Amino acid sequence: MDFKKILQLYDEMLKQGHRTEIARELRDEDDLFMILCYSDMLGIPNPAFYYTLELYPHMLERFHEWHLRMGMDKSPINGFRCC
Amino acid sequence: MSAIILAVVGMAVFFLGYKYYSKFVAERIYRLDPDYVTPAHKYKDGVDFVPTNKWVLWGHHFTSVAGAAPIVGPAIAIYWGWLPAFLWVVLGTVFAAGVHDFGALVLSVRNKGQSVGTLANKIIGQRAKILFLFIILILVLMVNAVFAWVISNLFINFPSAVLSVFIQIPLAIWIGYLVYKRSGNMLFPSIAALATMYVTAIIAARVPALQIDLPRYFGGAENTVAFGLDGVSMSFFVWIIVLMIYVYIASTLPVWKLLQPRDYINSHQLMVGLGILYLGLLFSNPEVTAPMMNTEATTPWFPLLFITIACGAISGFHGLVASGTSSKQLNKETDARFVGYFGAVGEGLLALIAIIAVATFFANPGAFTAAYDSFGTAGNIGLTTFIQGAGQLATGIFIPADIAATIVAVIVVSFAATTLDTSVRLMRYIISELGSEYKIKSLTKMHVATTIAVVSSAALVLLPRGPQGFGSGGYLLWPLFGTSNQLLAGITLLLITLWLKRQGRNYLITLIPMVFLMIMTLWAMGQQVFFQWSGLGDAEMNLLLFMLGAVIFVFAIWIMLEAVSALRKNNTNIPTDKDQSM
Repeated sequence: MDFKKILQLYDEMLKQGHRTEIARELRDEDDLFMILCYSDMLGIPNPAFYYTLELYPHMLERFHEWHLRMGMDKSPINGFRCC
Repeated sequence: MSAIILAVVGMAVFFLGYKYYSKFVAERIYRLDPDYVTPAHKYKDGVDFVPTNKWVLWGHHFTSVAGAAPIVGPAIAIYWGWLPAFLWVVLGTVFAAGVHDFGALVLSVRNKGQSVGTLANKIIGQRAKILFLFIILILVLMVNAVFAWVISNLFINFPSAVLSVFIQIPLAIWIGYLVYKRSGNMLFPSIAALATMYVTAIIAARVPALQIDLPRYFGGAENTVAFGLDGVSMSFFVWIIVLMIYVYIASTLPVWKLLQPRDYINSHQLMVGLGILYLGLLFSNPEVTAPMMNTEATTPWFPLLFITIACGAISGFHGLVASGTSSKQLNKETDARFVGYFGAVGEGLLALIAIIAVATFFANPGAFTAAYDSFGTAGNIGLTTFIQGAGQLATGIFIPADIAATIVAVIVVSFAATTLDTSVRLMRYIISELGSEYKIKSLTKMHVATTIAVVSSAALVLLPRGPQGFGSGGYLLWPLFGTSNQLLAGITLLLITLWLKRQGRNYLITLIPMVFLMIMTLWAMGQQVFFQWSGLGDAEMNLLLFMLGAVIFVFAIWIMLEAVSALRKNNTNIPTDKDQSM
């Protein structure tokens, strides 16, 4: 194994304990971003809604994971047909 | 005798234990199955459940379990001579700690990655949960009190280490910011932070103006400062108050801001420390000067040794880590042997070098017995002796002894401070949990729970008069710390035994260490609680210790009874492999 790989393994070893926290933090940030993008669907006026709507197909999968994680079996937003 | 022989014999036993014994346990007893779908795959969510490379997981597991405790215990236990401590660390690691950590991991993996606490609740019942909460509460209260004193003591004895320890805080916050907010690489900033800390330590070791030496500021040990406290007592008072304020803030911040990046820096310190000490040992080839058995010991080693060395050999805390996080990330079930058993071996290596550092420090056996003149003194000087002994070992690789001692002090204080942060945080969670269990809403609030945790810990340190003078109230509880930790290990071994029994397998490999551990713990406890602290014997009565000790003693008996009754009936709450395949 070359030196770079050893270094990478060592970094990963030490990062492991913190990975969960980073992942959780990033996920929370993603959730917030998603809610901000689709705030119009929840009744909060959003001037950029026209543009954020274009993200819809890219975020469908993640939206589905989000509402399952929040304990809702079906999508809470009528227009969102993820499941 | 050369200390290298001790290290080689210890390592050889660890090696044989891992190669043959753990293999036997893995194949014949736990029967690891390479095709079993582990919770990491089954419940994969990218956050808690993530299949992880076994080396990475071992690194995480090892750095989580190794801290100041495996150093403190052996450094005190050497009071009885090096042989009993050496034997218990080596054999205890192979036959008790290894199967315990490994078993906790396997048991949790076979039960959806649930923790030992949840499993105890399921297998033994609701009583076990409350029992668990109280044991952990007492455990963390003692850890807070003991480690606050340990850190203050090190600050007073090694004033050159203070600045480095304080510099670590802003450095950790900076790394936390870099990593979490900007997703940067952690390795290089944390190595840079470590280098800054060590450079500061080296400079401070040589420049007295940079040493924060409180007893000197207060006009020396003899000078009465205020409230009838002399210079040293006043320094203890100030450091303990500073630590308590710090710990209040540190335990209420989000973990990623201070606690985790600090852990990350400390993990390098563990590697650096182990590297320096074992290499130093190899090059300096010191003689073991501590006696093999201390014939002048007034406190008998049997059974007290087994609760004095808590984390060096078997430790209940390892079971919490193994079943709490490691089990959720195990990629293949067969990796459990490497992660669990070899993780225990890693901790054994740390305890072994702690024994060697203390055993080689003194010029001759006479100097040893003069310094370690009673068990109380051993508790007082153990850690300081370890640091000086470690400094002496480091001279083998051309690091001057004073600088090496400062660096080792920085390492030990960093470990102790992380333990303190974590245990105050844990105590806060437990108080909140008890609050919601008994419907006392105010206890569930963060600041109320933290205040209770911090104030009760500070009171435990400052109010009772410990054997080492003012501020050492918590330290006098070290045997109790060992006891509750060993009790926790006993419960985990009991759970593994019950699981093995239900599967119809040979459960002696966990039953024997459990029975041994429980008997030693109860014996040592009974001796202390009823003959020492109750005032029945020659010693004076100690109400606080008597009460706390009695509570833990009752818990221990209770668990023994639960164990006997659970072993006698066939518990159907534990799923077997057959249930899972259906």
